[in-house]
Amino acid sequence: MEIKILGPGCTKCKQTEKVVKNAIAESAVCAEVEKVTDVMEIASYGVFGTPAVVVNGEVKSTSKIPSSQDVKSWLGK
Amino acid sequence: MVAAWFLIYNNLVHITDQISLLLSRILGFSITSHLGKSIAFFIYDTPKVLMLLTLVVFGVGIIRSFFTPERTRAILAGKKESAGNVMAALLGVVTPFCSCSAVPLFLGFVTTGVPLGVTFSFLIAAPMVNEVALVLLYGLFGWKIAAVYMGTGLAIAMIAGWIIGRLKMERHLEEWVYQIQAGKVHLEEGPKDWVERIKYGIDAVKEIVGKVWIYVVLGIAVGAGIHGYVPEGFLAGFMGKSAWWSVPLSVLLGIPMYSNAAGIIPIVQALLGKGAALGTVLAFMMSVIALSLPEMIILRKVLKPRLIATFIAVVGTGILCVGYIFNLLM
Repeated sequence: MEIKILGPGCTKCKQTEKVVKNAIAESAVCAEVEKVTDVMEIASYGVFGTPAVVVNGEVKSTSKIPSSQDVKSWLGK
Repeated sequence: MVAAWFLIYNNLVHITDQISLLLSRILGFSITSHLGKSIAFFIYDTPKVLMLLTLVVFGVGIIRSFFTPERTRAILAGKKESAGNVMAALLGVVTPFCSCSAVPLFLGFVTTGVPLGVTFSFLIAAPMVNEVALVLLYGLFGWKIAAVYMGTGLAIAMIAGWIIGRLKMERHLEEWVYQIQAGKVHLEEGPKDWVERIKYGIDAVKEIVGKVWIYVVLGIAVGAGIHGYVPEGFLAGFMGKSAWWSVPLSVLLGIPMYSNAAGIIPIVQALLGKGAALGTVLAFMMSVIALSLPEMIILRKVLKPRLIATFIAVVGTGILCVGYIFNLLM
């Protein structure tokens, strides 16, 4: 599974990274997390607000820190 | 909970007066001395402003749960310029916006059919006219000044955006902006029911009040110092109405300064109390909030220098006008 966290590096983006990594650890899923900070690349996802989370190429949430439950549901748990 | 809020808020003067009096007895300072005045000011203003902030951020959080940047974009896409500028400025007030997502939002708007000038109206209004600024102005100066700030802030956003649109500056965006394939836009679903909306409001309070309270306290502390120690009318000479150069100077001073509304307003209050003219102070405040150097650096990734310079010039001129008009009228 491939997860991307889009955000230029504000506090919210870092919190999102934490939530996602914790959720992965808790649900014991094998997933790779990549941070995307380049605005050009962020824009190419059609995302308006950061932080955004992309799972296997699909945008799952934008402009907010997702809840741990949300992340787990994207992981299929 | 709301009832308890009003009960405490309405009696706050008495409660904090007693606390100040008690403190002055324990620590042995006179309540009418410079130090006493400063401390009493601080003890009354801090809970007052923080309480107002909590209530309003919660209320605005609920309103914002009805708007998402995606929905705002959909409303603005393909709008005619003049009407679009007006709507963009108004939507800037209620759409959730964080300056760290200014660039993706800017790109999202211009690549999906929102005219450049309309996008600017949104980007100017969103940080400048926000609930934190309005509640602090209301709490410290009353509704008239809050309304004046909101009205002139919106007017600047509308007119500056319109002018930038008229100048046809689309070619001053970085080339790569046009290479972005506006793919499918992800539609973020906002809260659906009232339970979720109230949760959204509470989250907004935690996030915003959690972040700005320290600035509020520091700002009030500085304000308290000026309140107690700087003599009445001290600033009238060089920040008063008669000094014509004070308005442009305030705007220039404001650009490199970066603060949110919460941090700047208590200082503004102290300046006003000591004889600085309202227009000069408003100009300073708008400049600090709307024209900030860090934001320019972020926007530089998408805007060429000409467009950034135009943006600063147009908005700066608008702020100058506001400053002069108020110094003239008041």
